[in-house]
Amino acid sequence: MKSFKYSVAKEPTGAARTVSANPTAKFLAGGTNLVDLMKEYVERPSEVVDVSRLNLAQIRETSNGISIGALAKNSDTANHPLVRQNYPLLSMAILAGASAQLRNMATNGGNLMQRTRCQYFYDTAMPCNKREPGSGCGALEGLNRIHAILGHSENCVATYPGDMANALYALDATIRVRGTNGRDRLIPVQDFHRLPGDTPQKDNNLAHGELIVAIEIPRNNFAAKSYYLKVRDRASYAFALVSVAAALEMRGDAIERARVVLGSVAHKPWRSVEAERVLIGKPVTVETFEASAEAALKDAKPLEHNGYKVELGKRSIVLALQRAMSGEVA
Amino acid sequence: MDDNQEQQDFDGMEDGSHLSADEERLLGELGLFGATRREFLGQSTAAVLGTFAFGLLAQEEALAQLAPSPGASMAPTPRLENAVRVLLKINGAPQRLEVDSRMALLDLLRERVGLTGTKKGCDQGQCGACTVMVDGRRVLSCLTLAASCEGKDVTTIEGLAKGDQLHPMQAAFIKHDGFQCGYCTPGQICSAVALLQEARNGDASHVTADVRARGRNINLSEEEIKERMSGNICRCGAYPGIVAAIKEVQSGTRTAQTWEFASDERIALAMNDGAINDGGRRTDEII
Repeated sequence: MKSFKYSVAKEPTGAARTVSANPTAKFLAGGTNLVDLMKEYVERPSEVVDVSRLNLAQIRETSNGISIGALAKNSDTANHPLVRQNYPLLSMAILAGASAQLRNMATNGGNLMQRTRCQYFYDTAMPCNKREPGSGCGALEGLNRIHAILGHSENCVATYPGDMANALYALDATIRVRGTNGRDRLIPVQDFHRLPGDTPQKDNNLAHGELIVAIEIPRNNFAAKSYYLKVRDRASYAFALVSVAAALEMRGDAIERARVVLGSVAHKPWRSVEAERVLIGKPVTVETFEASAEAALKDAKPLEHNGYKVELGKRSIVLALQRAMSGEVA
Repeated sequence: MDDNQEQQDFDGMEDGSHLSADEERLLGELGLFGATRREFLGQSTAAVLGTFAFGLLAQEEALAQLAPSPGASMAPTPRLENAVRVLLKINGAPQRLEVDSRMALLDLLRERVGLTGTKKGCDQGQCGACTVMVDGRRVLSCLTLAASCEGKDVTTIEGLAKGDQLHPMQAAFIKHDGFQCGYCTPGQICSAVALLQEARNGDASHVTADVRARGRNINLSEEEIKERMSGNICRCGAYPGIVAAIKEVQSGTRTAQTWEFASDERIALAMNDGAINDGGRRTDEII
């Protein structure tokens, strides 16, 4: 690991200023991704600002929904009574990720900031435009079984590997961010992460030094009919090949509102408005769900080794919607 | 490599004249310049400093402060480029140390405090061998920077037994044959002990049927135990015994031990029978 200066942040704005002043400084929260990447020499910060002791771990009800502190641990968030009761999709998504040990360390802000698990990104002997802009993409014509089928570019085919964010996209979350001027900026979660385009080194739209302070989720009527499905190579403690955050709100026998978000298929969580549009106003039938799944994957462009993700994605959407309805599907 | 060759390599490194540009860069990144580097190499004579040692260096920069015995934390430490002072509690005992900012809690425990029960498996958060409890909750010590542990209360495998009296989970792992080589076992047991509290709290898991239904003191099914222990990998495949051990302790319902040591009579009988002391012929027949 490259040597770095370590300091403990006293308050959020000061932390933002310290990191902002040094282009190679990084925030440290749970460390589950950053420390790993530092050991691999993928991340080489000259300075690490430990924000884990900032008073940003509260989870509380607001007039409009819930505010979840950026530094609340993943495990505390998934098990908070308000989250379990009103946003079970978020609990399920968090609990589908990592292991108990890692969820006890990982924070919500850090979870949003986690980097891709592309093997070429991790291997410093390989080209990677995300790690070293301009060096090329090792995955494009390499082993790309776990890579993107949607929204990728010729510069990067990496996926965003997380689970929590997929639920946040389905729940219309907003990310509250502290800047060096001491003011907060609100970023709708769908605008937080980026597609790779020709700047795959930028995972998200934060300015260097901006610090996530909270995640806000508005009230909704999805709690009774939502499901997080994760498909992976083994039953637990593995990243998704495909995951689906599905949520439905009914009016009588017809679907009033719907959310379909695919994970691990693109450089960011992939909310399919097309798939949702197919569901609105329809009764819940397998045929409706299948039509929705077709719409979600219509524009998929698989690579050499990940063609299976297209069919897997469709079947996963159907299954997630069925489970969201707890089996009440005609 | 023979001893002479090894010595030549070492001599070459000590005056620095035979280092490649990459090696110079690595030493530079490790903060080992000039006199500091010679001090480092001087302290490291116990290690075989062949070419491969540079790979070792990259992973084990903490070697510079190698002092693996209990209480060694008070020993003077070499000058560190980015030193951080931490005061933490380990198994109830306060420890004040000065650490390199890069040092993981795992390396602090093993190399500075001499608590080698906590194991280094993958060293990157994928195996669970390094699991300890910090403030009562299971975490991975390989991904926890020691510098971030100021004021924390760390419990390792060494802190579970009360004198000679094993923690019930330790006893259950023995009773149910919950290990073979034993390397993952300290992490498994620390993880399992923390799991007991999580079940008392009523925490949900990925296999919980309905996360909206809440309750405390939940009784964990085997499926729940497997999911909740998935962060601890056992290469020997001792999982059935691990699950049985945790199930017994978590449920509080005693189950029968399925193995026992052979009695002296049985061993004598087996010896007389020739199955053991005339292995070649008998084994052929058995096969």
